[in-house]
Amino acid sequence: MSDLELGPERRDAASPEHRGMILRYTAGERTNHWMVAMAFVLAALSGLALFHPALFGLSGLFGGGPWTRILHPFIGLAMLLAFLPFALRVGSENRMQPRDWAWLRQYRDVVMNREDRLPEVGRYNAGQKLVFYAIVLCLTGLLLSGVAIWRAYFSIYFPAVVVRWGAVLHALCALVLICTIIVHIYAAIWVKGSVEAMTRGRVTRGWAWKHHRAWFREIMTRAANSRPRPD
Amino acid sequence: MALQSLDIVRRSATTSRSPQIREPSGGREVAKLIDTTKCIGCKACQVACMEWNDLRDEIGTNIGQYQNPADLSANTWTLMRFAEVENSKGDLEWLIRKDGCMHCADPGCLKACPSPGAIVQYANGIVDFQEENCIGCGYCIAGCPFDIPRISKKDKKVYKCTLCSDRVAVGLEPACIKACPTGALVFGTKDDMKQHAAERIEDLKSRGFEQAGLYDPAGVGGTHVMYVLHHADQPHNYVDLPADPRISRAVLLWKGFSKPLGLAVMALTALAGFFHYIRVGPDETDASDEAAAHELAKRLEKAP
Repeated sequence: MSDLELGPERRDAASPEHRGMILRYTAGERTNHWMVAMAFVLAALSGLALFHPALFGLSGLFGGGPWTRILHPFIGLAMLLAFLPFALRVGSENRMQPRDWAWLRQYRDVVMNREDRLPEVGRYNAGQKLVFYAIVLCLTGLLLSGVAIWRAYFSIYFPAVVVRWGAVLHALCALVLICTIIVHIYAAIWVKGSVEAMTRGRVTRGWAWKHHRAWFREIMTRAANSRPRPD
Repeated sequence: MALQSLDIVRRSATTSRSPQIREPSGGREVAKLIDTTKCIGCKACQVACMEWNDLRDEIGTNIGQYQNPADLSANTWTLMRFAEVENSKGDLEWLIRKDGCMHCADPGCLKACPSPGAIVQYANGIVDFQEENCIGCGYCIAGCPFDIPRISKKDKKVYKCTLCSDRVAVGLEPACIKACPTGALVFGTKDDMKQHAAERIEDLKSRGFEQAGLYDPAGVGGTHVMYVLHHADQPHNYVDLPADPRISRAVLLWKGFSKPLGLAVMALTALAGFFHYIRVGPDETDASDEAAAHELAKRLEKAP
């Protein structure tokens, strides 16, 4: 997928109107991301209310215990539905490459902000790719186990042992997903400019050069190729 | 079915202690003893349960057995289950078991319930659902080793035998006990019931039922509904009475240490992020990065 081929917003990815800023996420991608994010927050809060007695008070946010129980599975489905098109958009750019494994092996340099020592990164770094796969796996697990423990409609079709282990799997997938998202949110706070990328859509050239150099190179090469040459 | 006149010792989804200061003199553990060897399958207990608790189940269809209705439901809290079993001598035995909540000392339903106070255990051992706190998730159904709680289609709340906690609270015996014409059902303190059962078992053994015994399964800490069985070595013959009921390992894992551990893992993940920020700080881009980016861009423009 080329950043320069998709509509006008993409075409002027590196145009001077944006003072050299580069389009990282289109309006569609940003909308989609925040739909997933909102559904996640609601699903996590309502799920946590049912997970630990200390958090049962969160059910008040959803109109009490029964309403939390009624709404939670539908919110979960909404998250899944919102994530599907997002996964189709970004899935192909999250394939692990040899340089990603090298990047992961140098995790010390990653957490100590020594990016100059790391291999070049494409549109997504290995950490972001792992977040992507964790979300895909967890949502799959949550869907399958969630159907089995959805008492109002489906539990009756499953033997007790499946419902019991389904509940364990559901809690485990939710735990991994919540921790993954905590890491994801922290990474956005840590790497300055990331939040702007997902709220305003654009990043500075310096940001792209520092954090996603291979992607920056790709975009600049395309921009240069598509521009009419003076000679 | 809330009853303030009974002392609550355990409450679902509650990590703090229940009020403990009272030491009720009548707080000794009670039990219902079901003597399957005296039961004639008349279903008076079923009728009494319906009457006292104002329950009317839907009229079902004949399933080719005396058992009616076909299964426990939100409106049927006790049910005579009929088994036709051929014994080793080739004789037919008609084994009848009054099914319903066993009122476990260690109740799987209470352990699984996420709603504070929706399931309680009284000092006398009765496990009671308090439907006004029930959120209808059905976790208790997964938690129960005896497959007892049933969710109502009408109100999405879960129901089961209360052991007539309302009657017991005012010194009456449960309605089913009152109705039993043969004395197959008896009610009293758990100790008395055990003693009574021991006498019955001795009698049964003298009549040739060598495997007669008491069903008070230790896997759930004992129960407050016990059976005298003619064949205590074959509980499964009594329509799948489990030989060694236990709370499933899945439920213990899900509702045991995984709950605090899960919260701790989430909190530690967030704390790790916070202290990373405090110690290492943000990853920012500065003018030198912008300059380097412009240089690279210029180079790419010249020699694509």
